[in-house]
Amino acid sequence: MAEFKVINKPIRKKDAMSLVTGKPVYTDDIAPSDCLIVKVLRSPHAHAVIEAIDTNTALKVPGIEAIYTYKDVPAKRFTLAGQTYPEPSPYDRLILDNRLRYVGDAVAIVAGDNHRAVDKALKLIKVKYTVLEPVLDLRAAKDNRILVHPEEDWQALCPVGADNRRNLCAADKSEYGEVDRVMSECDVIIENTYHTKSNQQAMMETFRTYTTLDPYGRLHVISSTQIVFHLRRILANALDIPKSRIRVSKPRIGGGFGAKQTSVAEIYPAFVTLKTGKPAKMIYTREESQTASTPRHEMELTVRVGAMKDGTIRGLDLYTLSNTGAYGEHGPTTVGLSGHKSISLYNNNLEAYRFHYDVVYTNVQSAGAYRGYGATQGIFAMESAISELASKLNMDAVAIREKNMVREGQAMPAYYNEYNTSCTLDSCMKKAGEMFDWYNKPYARDMGNGKIRSKGVAMAMQSSGISNVDVGSATIKLNDEGFYALSIAAADMGTGCDTILAQIAAECLECEVEDIIIFGADTDSSPYDSGSYASSTTYITGKAVEKACMELKEKLCRIAAVLLDCQAEELIFTGKKIRKADGSTEVSLMDIASKSMSGNSEATQVTVTNSSPVSPPPHMVGMVEIEVDMETGSIELLDYVAVVDCGTVINTNLARVQTEGGLAQGIGMALYEEVSYSKKGQIRENSFMQYKIPTRMDLCSLRVEFESSYEQSGPFGAKSIGEVVINTPPPAIAHAVYNATGVWHRELPITPEKVLMGIGKI
Amino acid sequence: MQIKLWINNKAVIKEAEADLLLIDLLRNNGCYSVKRGCETGNCGLCTVFVDEKPVLSCSTLAARVNGKKVTTLEGLQREAEDFGTYIAEQGAEQCGFCNPGFIMNAIAMFREKQNPSDEEIKEYLAGNLCRCSGYEGQLRGIRAYLEYQQSKAAKAELAAQNISEVI
Repeated sequence: MAEFKVINKPIRKKDAMSLVTGKPVYTDDIAPSDCLIVKVLRSPHAHAVIEAIDTNTALKVPGIEAIYTYKDVPAKRFTLAGQTYPEPSPYDRLILDNRLRYVGDAVAIVAGDNHRAVDKALKLIKVKYTVLEPVLDLRAAKDNRILVHPEEDWQALCPVGADNRRNLCAADKSEYGEVDRVMSECDVIIENTYHTKSNQQAMMETFRTYTTLDPYGRLHVISSTQIVFHLRRILANALDIPKSRIRVSKPRIGGGFGAKQTSVAEIYPAFVTLKTGKPAKMIYTREESQTASTPRHEMELTVRVGAMKDGTIRGLDLYTLSNTGAYGEHGPTTVGLSGHKSISLYNNNLEAYRFHYDVVYTNVQSAGAYRGYGATQGIFAMESAISELASKLNMDAVAIREKNMVREGQAMPAYYNEYNTSCTLDSCMKKAGEMFDWYNKPYARDMGNGKIRSKGVAMAMQSSGISNVDVGSATIKLNDEGFYALSIAAADMGTGCDTILAQIAAECLECEVEDIIIFGADTDSSPYDSGSYASSTTYITGKAVEKACMELKEKLCRIAAVLLDCQAEELIFTGKKIRKADGSTEVSLMDIASKSMSGNSEATQVTVTNSSPVSPPPHMVGMVEIEVDMETGSIELLDYVAVVDCGTVINTNLARVQTEGGLAQGIGMALYEEVSYSKKGQIRENSFMQYKIPTRMDLCSLRVEFESSYEQSGPFGAKSIGEVVINTPPPAIAHAVYNATGVWHRELPITPEKVLMGIGKI
Repeated sequence: MQIKLWINNKAVIKEAEADLLLIDLLRNNGCYSVKRGCETGNCGLCTVFVDEKPVLSCSTLAARVNGKKVTTLEGLQREAEDFGTYIAEQGAEQCGFCNPGFIMNAIAMFREKQNPSDEEIKEYLAGNLCRCSGYEGQLRGIRAYLEYQQSKAAKAELAAQNISEVI
């Protein structure tokens, strides 16, 4: 690997000290105190139609500014999904509808001076519902007589196989080679069905937005969002006003994990401000975040693996049934990753595959984007099936993976026929095996105290942005005294992208990270960026930064050429100076900056936009050691080893913490996190009392290492890391639980109760 | 009712409704470091000191702090910077939203325990949730901070010994 100056170093985040000293930098800290308080009355029914709604009494509560019902909103459907236009997600929403599709769906918007008045008014709105039978089970949804979206104006902008008359949000089938023939030639076929539940992103800062009108009468939306530009379009669609009337900016974000790739809270205060002309804010409670947002898609996945006795995997067949809930946000797109990312992992000997799916509407909370975005679900199913195959063939689970894993240079038919241009998955496996001491540890060992110690393994891949779709841009500008301003519209949600992008700029401009100031994101002033999601920022926007800096250097050389009275081609940029190649003369960056502000007609600012025709996958391996208590069914984690290939690691600290955080979320998904429903469609886990995310007592040591590859198309060889790191814990832990108990758990989470039921103790 | 309290050593007299929560009283008084993460006493983000003891301000009525001293991270900026630097050096501050409550409770721990073990640290801070970091970076930061404090204390002791020898 090349020697870097500021890349591949543990550079401290630029906003670190503000964050650790508790400065007021988040949406609710900076919202003016005179904002109208906006809250939403929510449906108590999973499926109902509003017969009558009376707001007269509620409006009389002192301090109430306005109450809006379905009669007051534009009759134009839209999607809340933060995706590039035309969005694959169907236009199936109104700001308020007279048909309610899940417990928590919005019935009315109340705005008032204070919380107390708004809470009182919410109780005084009289609604007469006609309660309808809901469809709650994803398996029963397709072609059910109960339709979630019977409306005539429902619309799918893209051909994703959607049909609202069949409760279908999307459906597709793809095939490579002759799967049935290949399967018929195989020695062994494994076929199983796996079930992953919905999970909450559970970022610490709930959804929150404040809105105001600027001096030009434009709507200014300040929101904790990953997608400023998409949000501008979503709001324009929802409010039925021109995009030119909206400005979106984001302050610090208290975590996103994909949750804030969907516009969850913004439409309500925006509507209030537009109607009243007054500033307004909406701060989601945790209960609202748990019950009226967009968590991970529940999926049921049936995997068929065809293999030879020696473990050669020749054919894969996957059917995914995905539950998008009441609305279709990200429904058509998450499901694709369940196949593309899982099948491609076993590319080495693969002769044929089939992948088909249905995405169905049901009367539960709408699903959306969550770190891993469908790959997590697919990889749990695929990795579990491969471990089951290894067990059936009496092969080692690592050995079967080494035999079949995707290798560098291979074309991947299931991954849009892209080539795997950088891949150290094999070295990740080797390194993880050494760190974990895989071959010297038994699959299971009775500890003699009622506990069994066991091990498990899994691999994963993801992507780096969406090929041919995601767009990242950067503006870099030279200022007085020779410091630079970097402007972006990618949203740092805590991951440190502001710092990472500044590192890339500093490496290019041969300066310190402190010499780069960074600004973002604001739709009025930032260059276009599709936003921070799909593991795209370092790879897509990072490359834009690199290209912009290279162009800026050329411009600065042209100014220096005037000062030194020579040709720009004769000059060399050395960071603080630009000098002639022969060393005879030089000029400082400070003098160039001064010159740029006096009698100069060369712009010292460059904007570059970048998109990529490929999406090089990061890879990783996870190995876990656990102890299962055979009396209580509880699972204790003892050790987790993770080795990641994310290309060049740009910031060694941030990549490590990303990995540890992703593992923790994956562990939560494997062991306890789930969204479950009563028979009436009410969510049981509506607070952190019931929805348990891991505490520091629940985790074990997380040992993380990197096996860098070099991705030529990425900035300084980098790929992504954000999502891949959540994918290994569920299958690795399920594998370890099998090794301890002899029972495959094909449904997540693997709770003590399920473990005991599995071994026949309940 | 009228209550009197000290917020970061400043006397404040407030008219407080019976159901006013301490977190709202504090945020209304400009202490924006105090964050609300869950409303159910589960996440630890709203941790403040009441008479030097860490409490969850989302689960404390304002009326109960009448006559008491309340400290938020705004009142502990030097300590927050000192310790926070070690968290920042690990990149473990991440989104930062849980930092104030976590750092408040960590400061309480440092005041209470001289040399806590990893297990003691985890137990003490178990009520402080973080969704970004996976906690490992926080633990590394705490360990590095404690080591620094101990080496500083050892040096101070050594220096004191030398001085006494000279005297």
